[in-house]
Amino acid sequence: MTLTFALLAGLVLGGAFAAVTCRNRVHAGLFLAACLVGLALVFLRLGAEFLGFIQILVYVGAVAVLIVFAILLTRDAESPRDRLANAPASGILIALALFALLAWAISTGKFPAAPAETAAVAPALSVKALGDRLFREYVLPLQAVGLLLTAALIGAAVIALPAPKPDPLDDSDASGPAS
Amino acid sequence: MESLDQIFVTAKHAVLGLLPAAWQPWASAVISVGAILAVFPLLFALTTVVERKALGRMQNRPGPNRVGPFGFLQFAADGIKSLTKEDIVPRAADPIVHFLAPLVVVIPPVLAFAVLPVGRHMVALDLPETGLLFFLMVGTAVELGVFMAGWSSHNKYSLLGAMRALAQLLSYEIPLILSAITVVMLSGSLSLVTLVERQAEVHGGFLLGWNLFTPWGLAGALLFFTAAVAEANRSPFDLPEAESEIVAGYFTEYSGFKFALFFLGEYLGLFAISGLGITLFLGGWLPPFSFLGWVPSWIWFFAKLGALMMVFIWLRGTLPRLRMDQLMQFAWQFLLPMSLVNLFVAGLWHFTASWPLLARWLLGAAVLAVPWMLYARGFAARHPRRTYRYVT
Amino acid sequence: MSPLHLHLLLAAALFAIGLAGALTRRHAILVLIGIELMLNAANLNLLAFWRYGPNPEPLNGPIFALFTIAIAAAEAAVGLALIIAIHRRYRTTRVEDIRRLRG
Repeated sequence: MTLTFALLAGLVLGGAFAAVTCRNRVHAGLFLAACLVGLALVFLRLGAEFLGFIQILVYVGAVAVLIVFAILLTRDAESPRDRLANAPASGILIALALFALLAWAISTGKFPAAPAETAAVAPALSVKALGDRLFREYVLPLQAVGLLLTAALIGAAVIALPAPKPDPLDDSDASGPAS
Repeated sequence: MESLDQIFVTAKHAVLGLLPAAWQPWASAVISVGAILAVFPLLFALTTVVERKALGRMQNRPGPNRVGPFGFLQFAADGIKSLTKEDIVPRAADPIVHFLAPLVVVIPPVLAFAVLPVGRHMVALDLPETGLLFFLMVGTAVELGVFMAGWSSHNKYSLLGAMRALAQLLSYEIPLILSAITVVMLSGSLSLVTLVERQAEVHGGFLLGWNLFTPWGLAGALLFFTAAVAEANRSPFDLPEAESEIVAGYFTEYSGFKFALFFLGEYLGLFAISGLGITLFLGGWLPPFSFLGWVPSWIWFFAKLGALMMVFIWLRGTLPRLRMDQLMQFAWQFLLPMSLVNLFVAGLWHFTASWPLLARWLLGAAVLAVPWMLYARGFAARHPRRTYRYVT
Repeated sequence: MSPLHLHLLLAAALFAIGLAGALTRRHAILVLIGIELMLNAANLNLLAFWRYGPNPEPLNGPIFALFTIAIAAAEAAVGLALIIAIHRRYRTTRVEDIRRLRG
């Protein structure tokens, strides 16, 4: 048990670390995909089969592809290597402090755990029951998520459409991003 | 003929019985994987030769006929050629990503064969809750490999071909998944084994229980197989990799063994998705008529697969290639709305279960025909026939 | 160190790495990668508690995680569309250059 968990944790954390520190942007996107695959395997190990497959279908198959596509579409003549922001040290310090706080809370917290005999086997996750719950008790969040996805789809399409050609005689908006 | 039907299953159990109990799960997996790796690449080899001969005959020429009897050992010659060609990696290419891309394109289709029920009790991995989802998941994993191949070659045409191929794969995935969902909806399970067994009943005394013989099944099968041809990047949807258009698209810079891997991955993907279509709509390993049940189930599966391959080869030799914008328009403005209407018709079929068969069929066909006619007329109105002027 | 603790630590580490990425990167899309890592860490937490905690109402964990995945996908789509539109208008994707609305 612990060997597979250690390997998967290594894949997840290694992929995440590489995604966050890699200078080459496309490599960062691909490392993110590797990290998400590792996470999906962790989900499978936890017994959430449906969630693990959905994770790969949605995250690796769609979100990661979208990210690398966007990295490609926003390339410039500038070098493909990213530099760190103006004050990287404070960001890293904040993240480290947060991790220390969370680790302390996790190790000293008393979580109500399941009794040992039921913790040994994963709770059953049948897709039929999932669908049943979604359409009976959680039908309102389901419809809200449907509305959200529709709005996101239409909004993303409208935002990413090429702007109409500006009138050459019109100079009302300022040029450049800095005010 | 029960013994011939289960001959592979009994052989596998015999081999497993010889091994100590601790090794049996691993040995079972190894035997199943070995069987898949032995059968499907051989099928790929046979299909490449049959395709070239069939295309040749359709174009009024003999096709390859030098190597072996009537040219049927051509695949061996091609294989030896690919393996011995020099592997050229462009100097500006990204070496690691360039190396990994063929693997990411080949491994998912091989994984997909694990959940296909090839015969009665003959499925390598029976996932009782999520079989179909596993298949669709490995289908989407190929997209990242396509992008990796196109980007790492550091070549404008490769990148363009990869973008086009990605857009095509993403667009045609939705009608594919929606048509598969109609089957899941009416059979009540995502497990492929259960989906085949649900098609074993016979409606109205003579009409087979195959999903093809229901109105939503017929429309769904047509939608599914159209989207499957597009997912496999085959003609008439092969703009991203056509030689006369973009050299070879995203695998332009690959030579030798890596090119052979891409080729293998493409055909294995085609087999996998045809296998899924057969499982969903054509009754899997079920015989067409119950009095033909004495023929082993795996023979029926491979016969249906072979017939589908011939249909795809026929399509390749007959239809002209679709342009990129025509391709996208076809997916988003025709296949997607028709898949949604198909979902509705499947629901109607379920709720009219007490009606006579003919009435249900007519209702389903009518509800499907109206949007289809509107779209067909809509297309014709939007793209009027061109008039040509000739200089005389 | 029960399995629950191990999974929670993994999620916390993933969250911290995502946060570090979101705070220190210059390119907007790489910041988005950090945000996606944080969302996935939250998902891992949800599923770890579903698996190893007491479950008076089973299936709450996976349902919550499913909604999180859907919302994260929607947010990634809109965020990337915004970044592409900004790049098209201002020809830059560096987060410190996009400050027109800064007070």
